[in-house]
Amino acid sequence: MNTPLRRVALAMMGMIVLLLANTTYVQVIKSDDYRNDPRNQRVLYEEYSRERGKIIVAGGGVIATSEETNNTKLRFLRKYPNGPAYAPVTGFYSVSYSPTQLEKAENPILNGTDSALFVRRLSDLITGRDPKGANVETTVNPKVQEAAYKQMTDKGFTGSVVALRPDTGEILGMVSTPSYDPNRIATHDSSARQKAWVELNDDKDKPMLNRTISENYPPGSTFKLVLAAAALENGMGKDHQLTAAPNIQLPGTRTRLENFDGNKCGSAATASLEEALARSCNTAFAELAGQLGETKLRNQAKKFGIGEQDLKIPMSVVPSSLGDIPDDAALFQTGIGQRDVKLTPLQDVMIAATIANGGMRMEPQLKKRIVTHDVSVLDEIEPKQAERAMSASSAETLKQMMIKSEERTTGPGKISGVTIASKTGTAEHGANPKLTKPHAWYVAFAPADKPKIAVVVMVEDGGDRGLEATGGSVAAPIGRAVIRAGLEGG
Amino acid sequence: MGRPAAGTNPSLGPVSTPQAPQVQTRRGTELAMLGFAAGLVTLALAIADGNQEQELTRQILYYGVAFMALFGLAHLAVRKWAPYADPLILPCVALVNGLGLVMINRLDPAVIQRAKDLQRFVPSESAPKQVVWTAAGLVVFAVVMWLVKDHRMLAKYGYTAGLVGLIALALPGLLPSSLSEVNGAKIWLRLPGLGSIQPGEFAKILLLIFFAAFLVSKRDLFMAAGRRFAGMELPRARDLAPLLVAWALSVGVLVLEKDLGTSLLFFGIVLVMLYIATERVAWLVIGLTFFIGGCLIAYQLFGHVQVRVQTWLDPFADYFGKGNQISQSLFSLGTGGLGGTGLGAGRPELVTFSQSDFIIAAIGEEFGFIGLAALLIIYLLLVMRGLRSALAVRDTFGKLLAGGLAFAVCWQVFIVVGGVTKLIPLTGLTAPFLSHGGSSLIANYAAIALLLRISDAARRPAPQTPKGPKPQQAPIAEASTVLVERPT
Repeated sequence: MNTPLRRVALAMMGMIVLLLANTTYVQVIKSDDYRNDPRNQRVLYEEYSRERGKIIVAGGGVIATSEETNNTKLRFLRKYPNGPAYAPVTGFYSVSYSPTQLEKAENPILNGTDSALFVRRLSDLITGRDPKGANVETTVNPKVQEAAYKQMTDKGFTGSVVALRPDTGEILGMVSTPSYDPNRIATHDSSARQKAWVELNDDKDKPMLNRTISENYPPGSTFKLVLAAAALENGMGKDHQLTAAPNIQLPGTRTRLENFDGNKCGSAATASLEEALARSCNTAFAELAGQLGETKLRNQAKKFGIGEQDLKIPMSVVPSSLGDIPDDAALFQTGIGQRDVKLTPLQDVMIAATIANGGMRMEPQLKKRIVTHDVSVLDEIEPKQAERAMSASSAETLKQMMIKSEERTTGPGKISGVTIASKTGTAEHGANPKLTKPHAWYVAFAPADKPKIAVVVMVEDGGDRGLEATGGSVAAPIGRAVIRAGLEGG
Repeated sequence: MGRPAAGTNPSLGPVSTPQAPQVQTRRGTELAMLGFAAGLVTLALAIADGNQEQELTRQILYYGVAFMALFGLAHLAVRKWAPYADPLILPCVALVNGLGLVMINRLDPAVIQRAKDLQRFVPSESAPKQVVWTAAGLVVFAVVMWLVKDHRMLAKYGYTAGLVGLIALALPGLLPSSLSEVNGAKIWLRLPGLGSIQPGEFAKILLLIFFAAFLVSKRDLFMAAGRRFAGMELPRARDLAPLLVAWALSVGVLVLEKDLGTSLLFFGIVLVMLYIATERVAWLVIGLTFFIGGCLIAYQLFGHVQVRVQTWLDPFADYFGKGNQISQSLFSLGTGGLGGTGLGAGRPELVTFSQSDFIIAAIGEEFGFIGLAALLIIYLLLVMRGLRSALAVRDTFGKLLAGGLAFAVCWQVFIVVGGVTKLIPLTGLTAPFLSHGGSSLIANYAAIALLLRISDAARRPAPQTPKGPKPQQAPIAEASTVLVERPT
């Protein structure tokens, strides 16, 4: 009986050797694959043991930072000192939920794993310092950002504000309201975190939605800037005459397209392009769209960046589009920024900023610099030209037209000594546009002679004016206040 | 071969006779090795606490001393009732048991915190229960050693053991789920007010005793020559019946209980015992054919078997569903890598059942491949010492029982570790002496007590018979000549 026992002993040794071999495969050969698998939460916990980089605004103010706690597992707590105002910029960084906004887009830099930080990591290892992530300096001007946030929240508006520096594409401000406090999602108190998560996700006002880049809206009359640019680029001057009729019939239908409040476009039989833009006459621009045709309209829209699929600032921006234009009726409606035209507020302000910059579109950018924790600059983001959207002379003409438009725009808040160029919009939406509160738009830049700031204000569902809302009455005062804040800063 | 009176008192030693060589009891070695194990366990406890940044207090030393005291008592039991037992088996068990305790204790706060994070049912602490079970296991260990003065007396109770074992095995499958189901496996016996036990763990030992007794008594039958085929002597068809019965019972009953691990465990043990008893490779071939056939049938018939196989082949395909457990286990092991994260510094609680079925992953994560390999070597040492006793003991029943017990431990380790490391499909079994679980621990201590009893018999010097020297049988003499009382 000892022979089989000896063989069983051999078999048992074989079994253990097999286990050892397989364990070697799993723990030694495949180790890195398993360790770095994004689904392996240990990576996240390891990140929490390193000090994450700060997010900083222009002037050095900190809008996201990591604080050491006495928790051993999650050593650092992410904090957002002015959370709600900057939430669309920072996003959040949480134990349970995927990060958003800059916290997501710049995660490798902030957590220190980016290959650009490799040498730094190595030296930290050798010198025995705790490895840290690098800081991200943003282009955000805190005065602009906070003024915009205050304006929107004081009035209780739902909507967004984006401000750009026209000559560089730097994003000076990015506000989405109602906002939320990212600290509630970043907290290490799991039950509070989960409660906040459920509450914010169930909120019908969608506080966690970044309305500036993650949602697109009908731009209404602010879209007339694209049409006007197309007209100027195609040889029509600012005196090009268009219909002044209070309403026109859409080709091939019985539907009539009206001017705002059914007004005639000025006193004459026809209206110049300049007057039509200043008065924002729908009939004139519908006719203009028909004259230009779909191709020219699309070409111009594309030059302003509409339709770009993978714009990153570095967060991904939802593409804007004109939608389908199957017939002339659709072309007419598209011409006044209705039908299926959908722009993100960022796209809308890019149009104004391009005009302000003499027709050259700049890549919008939220990141200014990457600085390591010992304040050496790792990366400096240079302004980048995207595409010439229109000639400098056409841009100059359009700017003058926008100054006229601003002069006709009502609403308080005009700044003495500063010439603003602007365009308002009152966008109808919903299944029954006449009974649905319109979105109020205001897009502007200033000072007109040497633009330093371009801004868009979009207030959803009429703000405090309901059905009576217009871009001028609701959005313009906020836009002017933001411009004032931006110019004060120099 | 009656018990020598002197054997119960090791200090007296064997009666000095000129021809009897002095056989050392090696109890001193056992005590020293136990001390070594206790030292390692205490060190591990201190490291775990230190890495979790808890205050290092003198408490840890007390725990270490208590651990040593507990196993010291077990050592005294061995000294008294099995003085010639193998000196390495108990220290190996103590070390594995101690490391399991440290791991379970280290995981307690993490597991509780995680349950809170996920807003799941928050379990109570497992370590205190495991300590109680360890103590209970050692009591059972001593009782078995005291009751079973000679392992051959167990052969008398072979059929009784078989019947009780079978009932214990079948009971959870027959009882309503409310009394027998925990976490989807119908392998429990819920005693209201007392907690739950897994009768299958005890059935394992009872059935081992039965098979050993049965195979020894019917050995001649099995050895009877059948036809030769392809160089093997085939058993006669009618002799296949016991194997068929075992196959049908263990597999059939356990498929009802949805516990593939135990099913695999039983069938493997029966097969190997049959092979040891008959020395016929044919049994292995036939058994494996049955086994493969059974697997194919089970795969066709049962959805949960198919799921197991699919998650084995590619656990990441269904990462958020069925493949999650094994994926988490692989992440855990992979993160540990060669050297491990250090005890208390990893995240093994991210694996579900990290204190029981997946404790191997926790060990692999925090001790690394090196630690896990060391653990496997300790297991290997343990079962090899058991098998050595089987080789050395003089009676067939003892050989078969010891061989079966040693193989059972090894086979269980293979199924558990293989499942957790994705070598074979995952089945729900506990790692012997390591995992959290009272039934498994207590039953395994009973098994170890039997193994020590047999090893004691193997090493004990031949007794002096009053009627002058009758030539002792050489140890290699095969047991067909040994008289074994038949069970009545």
